Amino acid sequence: MTSILTADGTPLKDSLYKAEKGRRVKAFLLVAPLLLFVLVSFVFPIFEMLFRSVDNPVLAKNLPLTIEKLQKWEGTNLPDQETFTLVAKELLIARENSKVGKIAARLNFEAGGMRSMINKTVRKVRKYKGNDYKKALIQFDKRWGKVVTWKVLKRIGQRYTGVQYLAALDLKVNADNTIGFQSEDRRIYVKIFLRTIWVSFLVTIFCLILAYPVSFLLATLPLRISNLLLIMVLLPFWTSLLVRTTSWIVLLQRNGVVNDILVALNIISEDGRIQMIYNQTGTLIAMTQILLPFMILPLYSVMKTISPSYMRAARSLGASPLKAFVRVYMPQTTPGIGAGCLLVFILSIGYYITPALVGGRSGQLISNFIAYHMKSSLNWGLAAALGTILLFAVLILYYLYNKIIGIDKMKLG
Amino acid sequence: MVFPPHLGIGGKIAHYSFILFCGFVFVFLVAPILVIIPLSFNAEPYFTFTEGMISFEPEAYSIRWYADIAKNPQWAFSAANSIIVATCSTFLATLLGTLAALGLSQSHMPYKSAVMGVLISPMIVPLIISAAGMFFFYSNIGLAQTLPGLILAHAVLGTPFVVITVTATLTGFDHSLTRASQSLGADSRKTFFKIQMPLILPGVISGALFAFITSFDEVVIVFFLAGFEQRTIPRQMWAGIREQISPTILAVATILVVVSILLLTTVELLRRRNERLRGISTS
Repeated sequence: MTSILTADGTPLKDSLYKAEKGRRVKAFLLVAPLLLFVLVSFVFPIFEMLFRSVDNPVLAKNLPLTIEKLQKWEGTNLPDQETFTLVAKELLIARENSKVGKIAARLNFEAGGMRSMINKTVRKVRKYKGNDYKKALIQFDKRWGKVVTWKVLKRIGQRYTGVQYLAALDLKVNADNTIGFQSEDRRIYVKIFLRTIWVSFLVTIFCLILAYPVSFLLATLPLRISNLLLIMVLLPFWTSLLVRTTSWIVLLQRNGVVNDILVALNIISEDGRIQMIYNQTGTLIAMTQILLPFMILPLYSVMKTISPSYMRAARSLGASPLKAFVRVYMPQTTPGIGAGCLLVFILSIGYYITPALVGGRSGQLISNFIAYHMKSSLNWGLAAALGTILLFAVLILYYLYNKIIGIDKMKLG
Repeated sequence: MVFPPHLGIGGKIAHYSFILFCGFVFVFLVAPILVIIPLSFNAEPYFTFTEGMISFEPEAYSIRWYADIAKNPQWAFSAANSIIVATCSTFLATLLGTLAALGLSQSHMPYKSAVMGVLISPMIVPLIISAAGMFFFYSNIGLAQTLPGLILAHAVLGTPFVVITVTATLTGFDHSLTRASQSLGADSRKTFFKIQMPLILPGVISGALFAFITSFDEVVIVFFLAGFEQRTIPRQMWAGIREQISPTILAVATILVVVSILLLTTVELLRRRNERLRGISTS
């Protein structure tokens, strides 16, 4: 079969392909600046940050020879004289580069008390004139004479490690290289993860319960009225998060408006004022109100498209109002329920500001702990590990959202 | 309310409790925002209504907390920062986002859904993770604790909103209009500015407003990236809530509520204009 030719003699298929390609390149060039911007200043930095969860450079970089030597050490008896000498010398070099603080901090995350051991050793090694570093170090701090200490050093010396993930799941590597639970008082993160999921779940359910009837009302009212009511839904959406959080503090605190009203109505006594803020209750109430528009808007946009004739048909066929609603109307709203619930859950699982301000102790979520390790304890590896787990959960939900609803269907306002 | 004659007493009760419940939800949504407006005029440093306020005595009300804002240079300083950062990042986000949306809405765009997934990700990734990542990135390139760094960081956060709103406007776009314009002799630049641009403008503006409010309201990134010199209003409010919560915060909050009402009204008007232009009547 001969191919069809265009006027200038090239096959039609080729010239079509060429024209298509030109358009594809043009379309891509329009997207390219933003894509590059997002990749360079957003996606790449996040991956780099998450890489810190497995990256473990402090000891490997600052005590390289010691760590190398320890890799060959079998771990039954104390290391040889040479290793002791190396660690003493390298600690002094580290001191000159002012890296001792980093080394001490890194070791301290692993085993409490090692910070003081390192600092003490460095101080004394400086003044030491002799040659028998093994004897000297053990004399400076008797922990140098324990095999466990060297095992910690060997383990933390590894350049890449999964130990932060263990820590994020309340596990640790025992001295004998088995994996076990952290001691009771250091077991917090699994609890926080579960609490985050539980709070997000509750917020999602509360939002659904509050949003469903309202969206139904908005979808069935005449447009003129529903547009007016919709503004009441959109106003919180546009109001600053800090403003809304502030108003919840004002409303819910012990001497706040809600308690005052309850006292005035004699529902509670003056002494019986309820603590509704700076705890998990406060977080739940504030987050529900803040995320409610994200549930109402998708539900409303789905319900708006459902024709009332289905319900009428069900009623005329003998279904009770309730039955018609449950069996005929509700199944048609599932896409809206799915979209709203996923969106609210995704947003609440990574929530930071509101729990930080109104959560007190019992309302802190995983984001708050990531922030704590980023800003205060400076344990960036652990922050990155916790962040990776959180991000992974969010990305799975995001993927589901994209599969079920499609991001291009996401509507704002 | 006119009920159909077949509705029994149970149906009426169900209907009224439904209306009551919806009323409660609307109160729940709006009351917390509105309640701070009268409270910000409280003459006493309390966060609740005094007896004088309830009986509408004029002495119980004052504008002293607003005077406080004016007296404290910190607020003016952070307001200036907020406006600079929000304006610049909005401009950047709108420019890049609109271009990208124009490309994304073409049927020839390769890897459309993957690209869209990446472009929307700043909206989905928990802020604390974005903030941590950007903290290291901007520190490494020397832009941490500078306004340009903050502007770039906020611009990334704002772009998904622009992409979403402009793509949504373009889905209803009638491409025969561009063809008509071209067949009448306009070149592609003229077609863009005379035909496409006016039609997608409402989408662009509402996307820009979303980007603006995102930056204006953002505090987590500011927390990580900004030093004292780059404090913005939300950061200042955060400090106020955490450290010495005074009714001045309520006065600032009231001003912000007024700003958001203005923004919301603008977006609503634009949305209606857009629907009218595209022939989708609202009534």
